This record gives sequence, C-alpha cells and structure tokens, in this order.
Amino acid sequence: MQLRQSLKIALRALRANKMRAFLTMLGIIIGIAAVIAMVAVGSGASKKISDQIASMGSNLLIVLPGSTTSGGLRAGPGSAATLTYDDARAVSSECPSVNAVAPEVRGTAQVVYGNLNWSTVVNGVTPEMLTVRDWPVASGRNLSQADVDGATKNCLIGRTVAENLFGGEDPVGKIVRIKKIPFTVVGLLDAKGQSTMGQDQDDQILVPLRTAQRKLFGSQFPNTIGVMLIQAKGGEALNKAEEEVTALLNQRHRVGPAREADFTVRNLSEIMAVSQQSSKVMSLLLGAVASISLVVGGIGIMNIMLVSVTERTREIGIRMAIGARERDILFQFLAEAVLLTTCGGIIGMALGAAGAVVVAKLVGWPVLVSAQAIIVAFAFSAGVGIFFGFYPARRAAALNPIEALRHE
Amino acid sequence: MKPVISLTNITKAYTIGEQRVEALKGVTFNVRRGEFVAIMGASGSGKSTCMNIIGCLDTPTSGSYLLEEVEVSGPDRDRDYLAAIRNARLGFVFQGFNLLARTTAGENVELPLLYAGVPAGERRKRAVAALEQVGLGERVDHYPNQLSGGQQQRVAIARALVNEPTIILADEPTGNLDTRTTDEVMGIFQRLNREGITIVMVTHEPEVAAFAGRQIVFRDGVIIDDKTILPQRHRDTEEHH
Repeated sequence: MQLRQSLKIALRALRANKMRAFLTMLGIIIGIAAVIAMVAVGSGASKKISDQIASMGSNLLIVLPGSTTSGGLRAGPGSAATLTYDDARAVSSECPSVNAVAPEVRGTAQVVYGNLNWSTVVNGVTPEMLTVRDWPVASGRNLSQADVDGATKNCLIGRTVAENLFGGEDPVGKIVRIKKIPFTVVGLLDAKGQSTMGQDQDDQILVPLRTAQRKLFGSQFPNTIGVMLIQAKGGEALNKAEEEVTALLNQRHRVGPAREADFTVRNLSEIMAVSQQSSKVMSLLLGAVASISLVVGGIGIMNIMLVSVTERTREIGIRMAIGARERDILFQFLAEAVLLTTCGGIIGMALGAAGAVVVAKLVGWPVLVSAQAIIVAFAFSAGVGIFFGFYPARRAAALNPIEALRHE
Repeated sequence: MKPVISLTNITKAYTIGEQRVEALKGVTFNVRRGEFVAIMGASGSGKSTCMNIIGCLDTPTSGSYLLEEVEVSGPDRDRDYLAAIRNARLGFVFQGFNLLARTTAGENVELPLLYAGVPAGERRKRAVAALEQVGLGERVDHYPNQLSGGQQQRVAIARALVNEPTIILADEPTGNLDTRTTDEVMGIFQRLNREGITIVMVTHEPEVAAFAGRQIVFRDGVIIDDKTILPQRHRDTEEHH
C-alpha cells in the first residue's frame, strides 16, 4: 500500500477526533515552539554580544600599562604609566603583522559651548584611532598627524556631546572650551552606540595626543600614554601580532628574568570567544529544557495512540480479515502518529518564530530564526512521531485478527 | 473435479488457563467448486472455529487444509502469507456487517483492492461494478450510517466480491437482519452461487440454512451430519437481475 493511502487513512482518523488530535498535538506544538524560540533568542543574544564586541574594532589587541611592583606592593594592569608614545611608534614601524596603532590618553573634563556645559571623556589620540576603532567621521574631517605633531587645539566630538552642547546646530567649525582652553571642532563622529560594558561611546571628545599630554592632562612624565589599541593585519595575523608586540615591548622595557613585565597585552578575540562560548552554553541549556517538553509531548502522543489502537481494534480486525498485512497496519498507525507530530511541528515552528520576533523586538536583539533550526525542529518532530508511535503501531499490527474482530 | 476446499482430520485445541479445550476433534470434508454449503450447529459446536480455519484467520493444531490444492495450514505459513490468501482468494461477510464507519460504501468496497495494490482508478471502477452487482450502484458515496441493515450487508457482500475470490465465507450473515432483509440477502447469495461462486456460510438458523444446497452439522467438535438438500427457492430470485 502506498504512502499516500496511509496518509489519507491517517488524516481521516484524525479528522474524526479533531479535539483529541489537537490536544495531543498541543504537546508537540509547545515543545517545538519552545525549541525554535529559545534557539532564536539565544543566537540573537550571542549575535548582539559579538556585534558589541566588534564595535570596539576588529582584530584588536589592547596593550595596558602596568603591573608594577613597588616595595612588594603589586597593582593590576593600568595602574602605572609605563607606556609611551615612542612605544606606540615603535610598534607601528617594527611589527610587520600590525596594521595600525592607536595610543590614547584619557581624562575627564568639563566642556563648555556658549552657555551650555557638559562633563565628558576627553581622549588624546592619533589619526589611527578612527581606523582601529572602525569609526567614520559623519561630517568634517579626522584629526591629522600634523594636529598631533603640532599639538593643535582641534577636536572631534561624539554624537552625545554634540547633542548636549549644540542641540540641532552643526558643531563643525565651532569653538568649544575644554578645561577653559578653546578648541575648534573639526569633525563630528558617527554614532557608535553602547560598548559591551554599557558605556556610551558617543559621549567623548577626541583631541590630538600631544595636546592632551601637554595641555590638558599634563603629568610628571609628559610622554606617557594610557593604553595602546593595536589592529592586526586580519584575523589570522592577530596571534602573530600579539607575539611581535610582546617581544618588542619586552625588549624596549628590558623585561627579563630580573624584571617583571610592566605592560599587559590583551587579545580582544579571546574576550569575544569567551562571551560567545557562554551564550552558546546558554542556548544549549534553553534547548535542553525545550527538548524535555518535546519528550513529554511525545509521551502524550504514545498514550493517545494506544487508546486509539484499543478503540479501533475491530477496524484493525476487519482490515486484517480482508487482507491487510502487518506492515499495512503498522504504517497506518505510524502515519497517524507522524502526521500528528509533524502538523504540531509546523504549527509550533510558526508560533516559535513569532514568539522569537516578539522577544527580539522587546529586548532589541536581532531575530535569528535559522533555516537550520527549522529543519532540525521538523525532523525532530517527525522523529518523535516515529519513536513514540512505533510501539502502539506495532501493537496494532500484532493483533490476532479473530480476537480483533470479536472486540466490541 | 478437484475440491476447492479440502479439510482432512483437522483438530484445534486451545489452552485456556490450565484447561485444554478441544474445539475441533478431527474434521474431514471437501467443498467442490460452485457449492453453497451451510455449516450448522449450536454455539460451542466448533463451527466458528472451523470457519476461522477455512478463512485463514486461524491455523489448525493438526490436520491438513488444502485450498485449491495448496496446503495453507503448514507451520511455515506466516501471517503475511495468510493475509495475502485472504486478500486474493477469500471474501468475508460477517454478522455485524463490519463496514468501516466514516468511510463511504465505495471506499469500503475498495479496501481489499487497496491492500492488493490495485491503482486508484481501477479500484473505483471495480468497486462500483461490485456495488452494482448487489443492486447498490447508486449508493457508492453513502456512508454506512445512511444505509439500512440490509443495504449495509449488501455493501459487505460487494466488498467480499470485489477481489473476485474463489470462495465467499459468510459468518451468520443474517444474524442482525429481519426476515424480509434476510430473504433479500440470501437471494443475492443464491444468485452469486448460480453465477459460479462457491459459498460457505455458518448459521444456526435452519430457515437460513435451507437456502443452501448442502448442510454440514457440527456438534462437540465433530461433524454429525452432512447432507445435500434441495435448496429453498428465494421468492424474488427470478425477479432479481
């Protein structure tokens, strides 16, 4: 007997008991919807995280100064000013795997325009900063090397700063005062959004490095920089760049057995990998919880199929008497179970995808209902039907025709 | 002429709990092609067990059953083999009609063809032809609950006929019918029999058995009487087409 016939008979049997079929399906619908929604939300979350990390810039190394030991007291990275602009230039010129180096001196300052003022982060940078951070200028121009070398009083401002000081006005060409020193705004930065840590990256002003070092945040070591962002030449070169930078700085800082390193090199892709890993584990856990509901749904299917076989014992007897073989009966009931679960699967997929879209809208994550998840869910629902439908179908097929015919 | 059915020394024993029940204690008889045989006896006489064996729904404990000279009772005959025999050579008519509910008369009649693997178009054609043979050609798309008892039994007869079986086996075919429809159904059997179909019918009612041409009487698992009779003529036989 052909598959089409089995399906037709199964469909008729299900239609005869619509309410029961629907309730039985409900277990599978909920299970599949949960799996689809959970996987979509999980991968949306991990996409969001990797987007945030990527907004830092791609293929990045961060060199932090510090880990100093003074009189037995050890402090963490960033606690001492040991990196210099010369270090940055050396890395830039001597490490072949490095694409660009962006040193940075960071401070907070009150910025005034007209009668408005705003407290913000002021970063002393070189032109490479925008390359490394993958951060375009929305209007105006980038700072130039001449700005850095000449310690000019030009600056770039972020969106948030522009909104708070200028409102709707075009800030380019205007004069702002940073720590009472007048600076000309030469460019407006593109919106960057929040960082991984939730900081508003648009709430900052970029000034030439030398200007920051000499005029804004002068210290006892005028050439020092805060951190150094290094962009490698592509993802494959990242580890090589890390080695090169470490070797060069070790040499320049005379790090050896007798002297502990006074800087730390961090690889951003490692941070990314860790956060990706954790969101993957999260998705897996959610998926596992959802699968449990699928198994519960499958048991419901098995239960109802057993009831159905008992109810239709006489029908089975008739079919056997007029020549149905064991496998005809087996297929008939299997088809019924699989039809139940795949219908439930399809409805569940639609519900799950809709649920994922709603959740994504609510929390602002990208929606990621992958074709792969849908295929897997569909195969899984059919599998549940075969697995949990087999025992009842087997039982139907093994009935004794005489007893089945006598069954009331 | 070789017999269609040849039973030799058939026994059938069941074990119910600790007790061994012998339903058949050595039954031997032949049925020739074109015969209309009524198997009679009280309940528990073994007639139903014998019918199940003839119908390949059950296998004997010992003895030989040749259906068209082929041994079908051997130990190597598995369930699918018997199912194939039932499908191709036997047509069943039951007491309770045993039509599938929510399935039209036409689809009920098509069922044996479905399991025989006949393509859909031909199934339909043959089903309609079989229904016409029992005078229900215009009821193809009716559901069993829209048909009277007599009509339902005629659908069941059409279903038994549709595979052009060697034998029709009828188990108390009129048990659920009133006198008038009993006559009607027996009339159809007699007509089919005249057209050359072998019929074996189990009944405990002498009036129904009177329509057959031979009566075999069972008691306590053995045959106590086997006689050829002049069959009672069905009143409407001549008017039936």
